[in-house]
Amino acid sequence: MIVRAARRAIFIGLVAGIAGWHLSLVGLIPAFAQRRLVGDTLTFSYALLIALLALAAFATGRRYPGAAQRIPWGVLSALVSSLMLFLLALLVTHLNLRQILLNATPELARVLTFGGGASGAGLVRLLLIGLLAGLFAGGLSALPRPWGRVIVSAALMTLLLGLLRDVLGPLLPRVVTSFLYGTAGLSLAGAVVTFLLATVLFTLRWSLRANAVTARATAAVPATVRQPVIQALLLLILASVPLWAGLFLSNVADFVGFYILMGLGLNLVLGFAGLLDLGYVAFFAVGAYTMAVLTSPEVGQRFTLDFWVALPIAVVTTVLAGLLVGLPVLRMRGDYLAIATLGFGEIVRLLVLSDWLKPYLGGAQGVTRIARPSIASWRIDSPQEFYLLVLISCLFAWFLSVRLRDSRLGRSWFAIREDEHVAQAMGINRVTAKLSAFAIGASFGGLSGALFASLVGSVVPASFSLLVSINVVALLVLGGMGSLPGVVVGALALVGLPELLREFQEYRLLVYGIVLIAMMLFRPAGLLPERIHRRELEEAVEEAREIAPAEIATGRG
Amino acid sequence: MTIAAPRRFTGGRRIDISQLIVWAIGGILLAIVLLGSILTLRAGHYTAAQWRDFVVFGIAQGAIYALIALGYTMVYGVLRMINFAHGEVFMSGAMTTFFLADYLNRSGFLKAHPWISLVAMLLFSGLVSMTVAVLVERIAYRPLRGAPRLVPLITAVGASFFLQYTFRGLFGSGVRAYPAIPVLQGKLWVFQKTQVAVFIGVLITLALLVLFLQRTRAGLAIRAVAEDREAAALMGVDVDRAIVTTFAVGGFMAGIAGVLYALVFVQVQFFMGFLPGIKAFTAAVLGGIGNLPGAAVGGLVLGVIESIGPSLFFDGYGIRAAHQLKDVIAFTILVLILIFRPTGLLGERLGGEERV
Amino acid sequence: MVLLETSHLTKRFGGLVALRDVDLVVQERAIHSVIGPNGAGKTTLFNCITGFLVPDAGDIRFSGTSITGLRPDLVARLGIARTYQNIRLFRHLSVLDNVLIGLHPHINYSLLDAILRTPRYRRAERAAEREARELLAFVGLAGKEFFTAANLPYGDQRRLEIARALALRPKLLLLDEPTAGMNPHETEEMIRLIRRLRDERGITILLIEHDMKVVMNISDVVTVLDFGEKIAEGTPEEVRRDPRVIEAYLGRGAASGLGPSTLPLPGEA
Repeated sequence: MIVRAARRAIFIGLVAGIAGWHLSLVGLIPAFAQRRLVGDTLTFSYALLIALLALAAFATGRRYPGAAQRIPWGVLSALVSSLMLFLLALLVTHLNLRQILLNATPELARVLTFGGGASGAGLVRLLLIGLLAGLFAGGLSALPRPWGRVIVSAALMTLLLGLLRDVLGPLLPRVVTSFLYGTAGLSLAGAVVTFLLATVLFTLRWSLRANAVTARATAAVPATVRQPVIQALLLLILASVPLWAGLFLSNVADFVGFYILMGLGLNLVLGFAGLLDLGYVAFFAVGAYTMAVLTSPEVGQRFTLDFWVALPIAVVTTVLAGLLVGLPVLRMRGDYLAIATLGFGEIVRLLVLSDWLKPYLGGAQGVTRIARPSIASWRIDSPQEFYLLVLISCLFAWFLSVRLRDSRLGRSWFAIREDEHVAQAMGINRVTAKLSAFAIGASFGGLSGALFASLVGSVVPASFSLLVSINVVALLVLGGMGSLPGVVVGALALVGLPELLREFQEYRLLVYGIVLIAMMLFRPAGLLPERIHRRELEEAVEEAREIAPAEIATGRG
Repeated sequence: MTIAAPRRFTGGRRIDISQLIVWAIGGILLAIVLLGSILTLRAGHYTAAQWRDFVVFGIAQGAIYALIALGYTMVYGVLRMINFAHGEVFMSGAMTTFFLADYLNRSGFLKAHPWISLVAMLLFSGLVSMTVAVLVERIAYRPLRGAPRLVPLITAVGASFFLQYTFRGLFGSGVRAYPAIPVLQGKLWVFQKTQVAVFIGVLITLALLVLFLQRTRAGLAIRAVAEDREAAALMGVDVDRAIVTTFAVGGFMAGIAGVLYALVFVQVQFFMGFLPGIKAFTAAVLGGIGNLPGAAVGGLVLGVIESIGPSLFFDGYGIRAAHQLKDVIAFTILVLILIFRPTGLLGERLGGEERV
Repeated sequence: MVLLETSHLTKRFGGLVALRDVDLVVQERAIHSVIGPNGAGKTTLFNCITGFLVPDAGDIRFSGTSITGLRPDLVARLGIARTYQNIRLFRHLSVLDNVLIGLHPHINYSLLDAILRTPRYRRAERAAEREARELLAFVGLAGKEFFTAANLPYGDQRRLEIARALALRPKLLLLDEPTAGMNPHETEEMIRLIRRLRDERGITILLIEHDMKVVMNISDVVTVLDFGEKIAEGTPEEVRRDPRVIEAYLGRGAASGLGPSTLPLPGEA
């Protein structure tokens, strides 16, 4: 029994250690060595390493019922991981691997050992931190019900605040900023205060939910009153963004908006109708290029149109493109559909890139001098002003999504997603259902593309690669396929955060890959699951796990 | 709701408007291609020798596609899923082996023993790709077996990008050039020596694969699982093991294809797996997915069309830089084959999904 | 009155003839069973009638008009609904949504109505929900509207499948082995439900069934298929004594006196 437990603990420690090797050698951990979160010592790299050790301990400990087993085995795992990290530090220091592995630098060794270097001192530091992380994780999971979660949430909140120093610093009142933040990251006092405040906040939130009295109190205000009030408040906050956010932040918000629009569009296709479209970027491109061709004096016809004329034309063109893609793939099964749409996306990009169509679409250099919108004498020019346009578009797309979801068309999409054959036997015309999903979904993408082209002022083929499609799929998967709030959360996490953190840009797609795999393995319904869809995926994966070892899993799908 | 003039059919099949439109589009494309070819041939810009070179190059390239396509087809055969990350499996072998090749070159071993070096590179690349393929199966696919089709497809896409950017992180985003192998320089009659080497390499690998599938117990297990997983399990075949073997063999061949690719194209990079991966998948579907000879035939056909296509189809129209449309042709073939003949030219030997 | 009629219906799969020259006449308000050994072509017959397969030859007429080769969703709208042998619900939608999807062809409002939530939309949705609840009550699932379909017990899933089929307001209901996998008590209830469908709602029932007890119990007419051909038709009693039927079920020789001279009745088997 003990041998087995020890073997399991060591195994998990090794796996976490290998994950640490991976993150180190691809450069993710050293990249954040300069990003200080709290005080001068706690960098983002260290936070990542500590999180890794704590996760190892948690993953080991969670299988046992009591603290008496959780803590020691968790600590063992964390220590094994620490040793693995130290081993990597040793290797990096004593072997010259830089010829092959870009990130096998002495700097990496220093980061890995928390500044101790590949020596006895470093080993002691690492083991000590491993021990603490293990104790911490084990202790947390041993705490009664809400506390573990509250503390972890508060800690994450604190780190996030430190991470966003450069963004939040200028926005907050001078007094707050100078108290919270030091030269880099949170000041120690700031960190403690933030952590305590966050703890109180999360505790309050939890007790509000759990407490029967408050639950009744909130229920006393009927939903018909409560919801509009909350919605109005949210709207006010959203609409006020240009007032307090600077140029940079507004720009980021615009880009998040473009992805929310695309996410809502793909959600109709993938989330509601269950059709995996890997070429969604094609619609974004069609929208952007229609806007470009119609309003820029550089290409095609000699005339140029006003933004407001071009915008509806762009959307309609995209709808037609959606039908054009939708028609041939109507009869395809899921995996072929994914590849065929990917093919469409690539064809669009390659055609746009080609010299053949250069006179019309600008070739590799793209098209510049795309029109900006103006209302009467007000020219919408800056990202701040543009934000309002993006916000209105997103709200409109959201509104449309909700209304469609609750209609018979939405139900026919769900039916197709669940069982295409039966859907037809229930009188649903699969041609109309699928085509409408493709067409409406495409229109959101086209709108997004048209706005994008206008804001940036130029389009180049490089902006329309497969990576955009993958980005949209990833944000849907992270938030939860079929879930509208999930789209927003996904876009904030996968588009907003990387835009804010420069070092992160390079590892964006690596993280998308991890997100796609990890979400499907551990939380297939996403962070904010759609109420119904959640059950479907989670159960199916549960079932798959149960029969996985000696499975006989034909017949489904 | 009334049904205006319902369209009725007998004779076993039904055609509706959406299908007619699709067929019309297909017809127009075919006409464009045919007309273009006629115009090109009449214009006579290219000599017979040039066409021959196109074909030879196409065959060499198609042979590589065929090798990768086998991996897709075998995995599809046993799991009925598309291993979207297979292109990256191919890339991982080629990328990693660069460092071995580079080392051999610097130490002078490559010059002294070119054939031994070549075999070492092929084996090394095969082993790396094999490891990657097996790891992908273990981590991203096996825990999700039996889940809805969408789920493993999404993890496959995830695995694909994870691998790409892992290699980018490890080795950098730059392009690396394989050292030249002295014995493979120059021409043999009208062929480049590298092309001959690639073709022979592919043939040997194919022969070994056939032997493996026909003559070994592991090969038998794979065939049994591909035929009927349930029955195979009942007959005592270790299904998990057969699946892992499939990934391993497919990965190994992808690794070999990686080195052969590097011989032809010299340069390797973290993103190099994407296009050959998609094209090999096209080849697999073209030949009939699940069908081993089909994958080989599909690879060759695709390679040749892709090689002569841009000149043959588009030159007659006077399109500028027609070679840029090479990948457009490949993707169009992919889409068309999925639309019009998803069972491929030679048929899906392992049978598709129940269609009712 | 004849509700459904097939004449010379033929369907081949490659070399295999799944249906050969099948003539079938289903009278209105009848409970009509189709029986036959495995692979006799019963489910193929259902798939041809519902439009999922297009027959190679022959004609299918439904209340006087030909529906041969009509698209499945159009067949459904004409009033032919079906259930499946291995229950096929929209497993992860709510019970109510399952039935609402069945009502799809009868909900009448435009996309614009849905987007603007016009009175017309609200009226149609309310009426649909009322009808769905009524149907659920009819099959005995009242109070379970917001369960996830997959979480219902087996018998309830069968009932839900029938309620969903009823939502199409069918004239003809095709039931594919409705009592498969049920215990005697559940089977008894299912038989009662099928009778009520005919008696209270006037729906004609065409039913595939393996359980002879059920077939003999509720059928007005029984058609026997074997290797894609109709080999007998008549009242349960007639069919039970038909030597060709006994041969098909029990193999050659049985009919010549070596075996029982009739198909086993409940209790005899």
